Amino acid sequence: MEPAGAPSSSDAAGLVVELRDAVAVLGRFPALAGADLHVRRGEIVLLRGPNGAGKTTLLRLCAGLVPLERGEGTVVGCDLRTQRDAVRSRVGLLGHANGLYSDLTVRENVEFWGATVGASAVEIDASLDRMGLASRLAGVAVGRLSAGQKRRTALACLVARRAQLWLLDEPHAGLDATGRDELDATLRAAVAAGATVMVASHELERAGGLATRVVDVVAGQVSPDTGASDTTASGGAS
Amino acid sequence: MNDTASPASGSPASGSPASGSPAAASIWRTARLVAGKDLRIERRSRVIVNQVLPFASLVMVLFAFALDNDEVLQRTAPGLVWLATIFALLVVVQRAFAVETADGALDALRVAGVSPPGIFLGKSLALAVQLLVLELLLIGLAVVLYEATLTATGAVLLVTTLLPATTGLAFVGTLYGGLAAGARGRETLLPLLLFPVVAPVLIGATRATEAAFGVGHAAIDEGWPWVGMLLVFAALFGVGGTLAFGPLIEE
Repeated sequence: MEPAGAPSSSDAAGLVVELRDAVAVLGRFPALAGADLHVRRGEIVLLRGPNGAGKTTLLRLCAGLVPLERGEGTVVGCDLRTQRDAVRSRVGLLGHANGLYSDLTVRENVEFWGATVGASAVEIDASLDRMGLASRLAGVAVGRLSAGQKRRTALACLVARRAQLWLLDEPHAGLDATGRDELDATLRAAVAAGATVMVASHELERAGGLATRVVDVVAGQVSPDTGASDTTASGGAS
Repeated sequence: MNDTASPASGSPASGSPASGSPAAASIWRTARLVAGKDLRIERRSRVIVNQVLPFASLVMVLFAFALDNDEVLQRTAPGLVWLATIFALLVVVQRAFAVETADGALDALRVAGVSPPGIFLGKSLALAVQLLVLELLLIGLAVVLYEATLTATGAVLLVTTLLPATTGLAFVGTLYGGLAAGARGRETLLPLLLFPVVAPVLIGATRATEAAFGVGHAAIDEGWPWVGMLLVFAALFGVGGTLAFGPLIEE
């Protein structure tokens, strides 16, 4: 067994996610039934599929939240069987909730999440700056922000946490057009800075334009790569 | 936006994972962080000051109306103080976990791999500080409303009682608050879980406080064995909670 935190050979090869015949079970139901997936550093991968196809489970498996029942898997160089705690500290999962404290200001939230990994004041400032939150919004309580601003704050927390792999479940949900544009710009900036992003979304036109690659998730299995611009194939939004 | 990927800029891919991961952070650092965050939220929202303290005070006043007898009130003052504390504990615990679940922060802490023992100890510490303020107010009210009397040696016993009793209540509250946090009907589930478990604290702290107040000619010495029991209770739930909190919030 590799020591906790030691990167594997797949990490050295630039693979951030490597799943082979991965099986994950929710209750007694196999939500993932032999999934194969490779994601390279710097990619934005759109997971496309109908409800119940296993997209969220795939994200949660990659976040180390769902155990790998069968098959093999490494995420950010850590084995999903033996190093789930190490995986969790290196990935950021953002679902419908933002994980923010509404009574704290934007800066205090980012400081809190950054402090969980020992981020410095310079890193906190940089995280706020990167998300366009360094000015007047930094001192505003999160409870008073719009949905898009909350989303940006949550993403700033991911940056402050030094998440290497961003796992986003329906990130555009609840955002207006401006918020969506801001989110897309944020994700592109994060990738330019070295992050890798996996997005599960039903909003294929929006997320497809953002993605560098699209994969279909159907009945717990991941289909071969369908290309970046193909967002109209079957298995789309349901 | 700053697109540079230098480590100082907080690039997602930057920083040594081993040196910067939550796993490497000590439990105590996490505990201080979580406690500081909870106390800051309370200072900002003032829920304890504006709602819980008035609620507990009201309970004390209602006891006075219900019993309406100075002698009875004087005799029962210690028990009433701790009953009011336990009622208020319920509200404080529910509030402590409501801030974690409102926008999925507890889940996010779990996803981020933040040390569960650190979360447990941090939330317990913040809860203990809030309870301590509440108890001091309630004791003051007992002196004013119920004419409870306190000597210097009684005060020493009382302060020594408050520390393990409060710590024990904070540990139990955090443990069961975490257990109920994700459950359906948690508002009604929490008292069902909490009240039977805190019964030893109610008994021990009441007996020790009776000795401190000299109720029924109780000697100060009679209170110390109860303080010992409270210490054992706090130690058991402190250790048990630290070990169990991780698997508990994982479920």
